[in-house]
Amino acid sequence: MAIFIDKKTKLLVQGITGRDGSFHAQQMKKYGTNVVAGVTPGKGSTKVGNIPVFNSVADAIKETKANCSVIYVPPPFAADAIYEAVDAGIKTIVCITEGVPANDMMKVYHYVKEHGARLIGPNCPGLISPELSKVGIIPGNICKKGNIGLVSRSGTLTYEVIFALTKGGMGQSTCIGIGGDQVIGTNFIDCLEAFEKDKATKGIVMIGEIGGSDEEDAAAYIKKHVTKPVVAFIAGRTAPPGKRMGHAGAIISGSSGLAAEKVAALNKVGIPVAISPIDLPRLLTERAKEMKEKEAAKKAKKKAKKASKTPKDGIAKKKAKNSPKSGIANKKEKKEKKNKKSKK
Amino acid sequence: MKVHEYQAKEIFIAAGIPVPPGRIATTVSEAVAIADEIGRPVMVKAQVHVGGRGKAGGVKYAENLEATKIWAQRILELTIKGLPVKKILVTEAVDITSETYLGIILDRVTKKPVIMISAAGGIDIEEVAANTPEKIHKFAVDPELGLRPFEARNLAYKIFRDIKLVRQVADIILKLYDVFWKVDASLVEINPLITTPINEVIAIDAKLNIDDNGLFRHKEIEDMRDLDAENESEIEAREAGLSFIKLDGNIGCVVNGAGLAMATMDLVKHYGGDPANFLDIGGSSNPDKVLTAMRIILRDTNVRAILINIFGGITRCDDVATGIVAAYKELKPEIPIVTRLTGTNAAQAKKILKEINLPTAPTLDEVVKKAIKLAGLDED
Repeated sequence: MAIFIDKKTKLLVQGITGRDGSFHAQQMKKYGTNVVAGVTPGKGSTKVGNIPVFNSVADAIKETKANCSVIYVPPPFAADAIYEAVDAGIKTIVCITEGVPANDMMKVYHYVKEHGARLIGPNCPGLISPELSKVGIIPGNICKKGNIGLVSRSGTLTYEVIFALTKGGMGQSTCIGIGGDQVIGTNFIDCLEAFEKDKATKGIVMIGEIGGSDEEDAAAYIKKHVTKPVVAFIAGRTAPPGKRMGHAGAIISGSSGLAAEKVAALNKVGIPVAISPIDLPRLLTERAKEMKEKEAAKKAKKKAKKASKTPKDGIAKKKAKNSPKSGIANKKEKKEKKNKKSKK
Repeated sequence: MKVHEYQAKEIFIAAGIPVPPGRIATTVSEAVAIADEIGRPVMVKAQVHVGGRGKAGGVKYAENLEATKIWAQRILELTIKGLPVKKILVTEAVDITSETYLGIILDRVTKKPVIMISAAGGIDIEEVAANTPEKIHKFAVDPELGLRPFEARNLAYKIFRDIKLVRQVADIILKLYDVFWKVDASLVEINPLITTPINEVIAIDAKLNIDDNGLFRHKEIEDMRDLDAENESEIEAREAGLSFIKLDGNIGCVVNGAGLAMATMDLVKHYGGDPANFLDIGGSSNPDKVLTAMRIILRDTNVRAILINIFGGITRCDDVATGIVAAYKELKPEIPIVTRLTGTNAAQAKKILKEINLPTAPTLDEVVKKAIKLAGLDED
């Protein structure tokens, strides 16, 4: 299993005849994604590689039953492309385009939600479920199938982390880039929720950066709802305030959106934050171990508590009151019990 | 992108938002002529892209033409937070009975435009938000439905009781909301929106930030860009399609991708250096971009080493390598350049770079450490 995309994904590429669209449509196909159609108005009935091109998303769906769309169209037309996909009934839409106006996205965001669809991006590298499906531009060769879920606001930094995970012997269930803009369709919490439910995912890596408060919100969510180990990395500790650091969303406004605040919020709920991406696999192993031990200790404590409530123990306690000698023995006895149980 | 107060006011006037009469001046004599035309006491206001210009002496009241002359001269000689004042707005000074804050921002949490109104006008709204947040009334507008007149009116009622004032303020809120959408603003602010003794409502200040992603459909606003307010290198970088921000450190950074560029800077700091810049060469790796990037960084005399960190995806390492070789030959750098190119076409890149034999490292951490070492910073 994986999240959002898998073997059942039948992909449609909007903007397939453009430079990026045509290149990546073929890259995705090469990786094994089931790319069933492309759309470029005016280019219907042509082909890109072996992929049939249609004039509209509705036409493409009628012919191919596509259930997922990836968008490579230029920024002025990106919002319209998303609307077209939603209206044609696509439920998973991935928008790679960088530079979509935020005001367009505010309207699109609510429209997509109201229609029960999922939008990933814009300004994102898309996602990949290794060996199952790839939608977007993440290089497949650095990924390895496994049980780590990765969610990130960045592009190339995501590759760096995947590279570090793969090198550290940790394969991935799904790696997803949610985008660097201010208004994005899917946020950390959506992905954390999906990873928590996904049986193939055993640990989660979260890559955040300066700007906004999504990392802080994610930290609060993890504390309440996520039982799997999570580790994080936050980019932009050295970023100056008031400057847009490449991504439209990566800006410290006033005193909000600072890396230090995000790191503190994550640490506060027990999530280790790496100084370098290379430390993430080690931190994840440590965090998983720590959580396991805590869980075991908790269980042992519960059992010990239960045991202390049994009538036998009650008698022992009464006895203890009468003779100090047996009291010590009683304590020892209890300790031994505890040890035995925690070993189990 | 930020626009100046006088430019924002031009946009306000076109939208029907009342502002006091005034014009922009670049010389003292122009300023005096404008004050003469207004025929009443004026405000002389520095037009610079920094906050706190009032505290820095950039906003002054001038009772008469003589005072206008003196203040115009002094303000035009000011440098506020590193920016020389080249333009001043001369505008009628109006009598004030109350000051209100009115602003609209894109709210990242609700993904809606949020209107904020507060009776604590005239002072820094961030301070109000931090100390007395209950004084700010907020309303998130449904972006699909738009702002409806009754909503604007109810907001105005939070501050005003007199229906004549409520109507005027509600009208201004509606018009300001239109401005927000029309120009792709990320923030629009009137601080303060004032009332006069004869119950007029006027915007005496204006702040407007535009979403850079929306600029492609607003050539008229792109033309408002104040190139004097920007660093020369940042202008050159923007024209070359690079995302560049100058910092004060000693290690120049050339990276692809914004997140990776930030992570690289952070590690430079962590291992004992100081990043000299943020630089993202972007997705498509035109060798010319690399040349421009190197030229900009080498101009900075604080830089003691350049670190090139590329994780190829869309960006092809061989393209970047070609750019590095071209830059090396043309610019003949005297400081060390350390490279790490991995991902798409990294093997070809290695071959290309053999020609100039630069120090390399296989991982992010190692390339950062090497750059710091070769810059001679690890011994400091």
